[in-house]
Amino acid sequence: MRMPRLTALLTATAVFVSAFTAYAFPLAAQAAEEVHVLNWKGYGADEPWAVANFEKATGFKVVNDFFNSEQEMLTKIRTNPGLYDVVMINAAFNDQAMAGKLIQPIDVSKLSNYADIAKDKAGSPMLDHDGKVYGVPWVWGLTALAINDKSFDKPPTSIAEMWNPAHKGRVIIRDDAVEAVQFGALASGQNINDIKDLEAVKAKLTSLMPQIKTFWSSENDWNQMVASNQIDIGTYWSGSADRAKTHFKLPVSLVIPQEGSVAWLDAFSIPVGSKNVAGAEAFINYMIDPKFYVEWVTKVGAPVSANTKAVEALPGDAFNRKVMGDPEVAKRIQFQAPITDEQREKYLALWQELKVNVK
Amino acid sequence: MADQLAIGSRRGLRPALPLLLPAYLWLTVAIFLPLSAMVFFSFMTDLPLAGKEWSFTLGNYAAFFSQSLYSKLLLASLRLGLEVTLWCVVIGYPAAYVLAKVLKGRSREAIFLLVILPFWSNGLVRIFSWAMVLREGGILDTALNAVLPFKINIDLMYSYPAVIIGLVHSYVPYMVLTCYLTLQAIDDSLIEAGRSLGASRRQVLWRVIVPLSMPGLIAGSALIFVPVVGSFMEPRILGGRTGTFYGTVIEDQFVAVFNWPLGAALSFILLAVVLIILALAAPVLRRAG
Repeated sequence: MRMPRLTALLTATAVFVSAFTAYAFPLAAQAAEEVHVLNWKGYGADEPWAVANFEKATGFKVVNDFFNSEQEMLTKIRTNPGLYDVVMINAAFNDQAMAGKLIQPIDVSKLSNYADIAKDKAGSPMLDHDGKVYGVPWVWGLTALAINDKSFDKPPTSIAEMWNPAHKGRVIIRDDAVEAVQFGALASGQNINDIKDLEAVKAKLTSLMPQIKTFWSSENDWNQMVASNQIDIGTYWSGSADRAKTHFKLPVSLVIPQEGSVAWLDAFSIPVGSKNVAGAEAFINYMIDPKFYVEWVTKVGAPVSANTKAVEALPGDAFNRKVMGDPEVAKRIQFQAPITDEQREKYLALWQELKVNVK
Repeated sequence: MADQLAIGSRRGLRPALPLLLPAYLWLTVAIFLPLSAMVFFSFMTDLPLAGKEWSFTLGNYAAFFSQSLYSKLLLASLRLGLEVTLWCVVIGYPAAYVLAKVLKGRSREAIFLLVILPFWSNGLVRIFSWAMVLREGGILDTALNAVLPFKINIDLMYSYPAVIIGLVHSYVPYMVLTCYLTLQAIDDSLIEAGRSLGASRRQVLWRVIVPLSMPGLIAGSALIFVPVVGSFMEPRILGGRTGTFYGTVIEDQFVAVFNWPLGAALSFILLAVVLIILALAAPVLRRAG
């Protein structure tokens, strides 16, 4: 008990202090040539080589800050008005940020790479409101299945493989309420954005629980499980599966089941009150540039760029081009739409109940 | 006489004030203020951040009582706390006795070092090393199969026993240290007197040694029980799908879903329950002592 309370206290103090300083010193000294970026850690924007290239090309200095959950990201831009210039927001959360007047319209005519972004992504109603662009599509990917190649002669095609008794105790899923519920929706043949029968989802997930070895929360968990041959199959992100295979040389293959997959789209926005809009525009333009993308894929492994020219710049057999660009795959995937707070809480309650009933 | 005493103690207090001041200042800034903030948060509908509506509510506390989930988890955590404490007594008390009464000099120092060693290593490192030992094909599995003539399959990872093992390992030094202090203070002549008056070894243990070392046992148990009930790191990493406990749910509220008010309310309910248990147990234990 000591540990969580102490951590909580420290964070509470930090939030209080930052809230007060934000009120008291709205014009806190911030050099104009700095670009403050808020993103997940280890997600492209903080790659040292990328930062160095951008700084050399534009003269701006990049200051990275990170979040651990979308809720934390929203809180950070809410409590620090004027601190951030660029923020990476999942398209499903763009609505909420715009409605809270946290982000401003982006003048896309200043972004030379914007014209190359796939039309279905650039015109997404999740990012554009009243003819104005509130988010520049960056990358997209899938939450699909991944398998341990050692456990399969032939990759499975159906999501039902997760329930196969042969894999009892060798299945893994992520400890995330929304992802779990949407996965259950796919397995019970429903639309992930319009779940009509939550009971069916619950029944599906309840029967999955005895199959599960543990819950993963980071890529590292997943990769270690495969490396020590402890799992056969589990939910995984497409970019991570690619990274596991190409970068870490693990026996991992992505499977996009016939029932479909959850797709997500990540986009860059500019918070209201940004002190360096020009720097923000330059940074976003750099992030969607084919040159950066190819380097990111080759050096680290990445999701699929929203920029069609960037994807075309990859070699023909690249996973992000061959598999993710397959029109057959495009038909099967469902993009995550915004989720209301009530839904989120309902999903969390369901997920927690499932986890507790395992005991 | 009484007046003189009062004056004397006041005189004693005043020069002591500058000495106490840093400690109290630190307590106020680092403990009291944030804790008050957390109490405040626990009665809110949302965090009081720029642009967000919030009001006072009892809803966060009501959530605990309206959903059986939380009480079920709290019971599971209390059970975990009791089991870990029990194992710590079983393992720690005999070790403390040997340290205090049997070993002397160098060998005592060496054993002491081994007992305290876990304190010097990082908690996360300890847990991850257990993960390497306990999993299928791990160190324990491989070692046992290399020695035993028949094939056994040991996969303790991601199970309730794994959580117990990890927690007992982390907390047993508290029990050894507190019991050692009280056991060492027992005068050997009391034990000799008991023996010479005809008590068996067992009688001496139960009638002399255990009662006299009870304060150490109680202190150690409280030191272990309280943090274990709220533990979240060990269950999360070692427990797998069975690793959901009260502490992990509180952690989720703060880290994953960012519902600080509910997380704060759940923490204070835990604090209240633990205080009630300790208060109820105190007279019983005191009588036993």
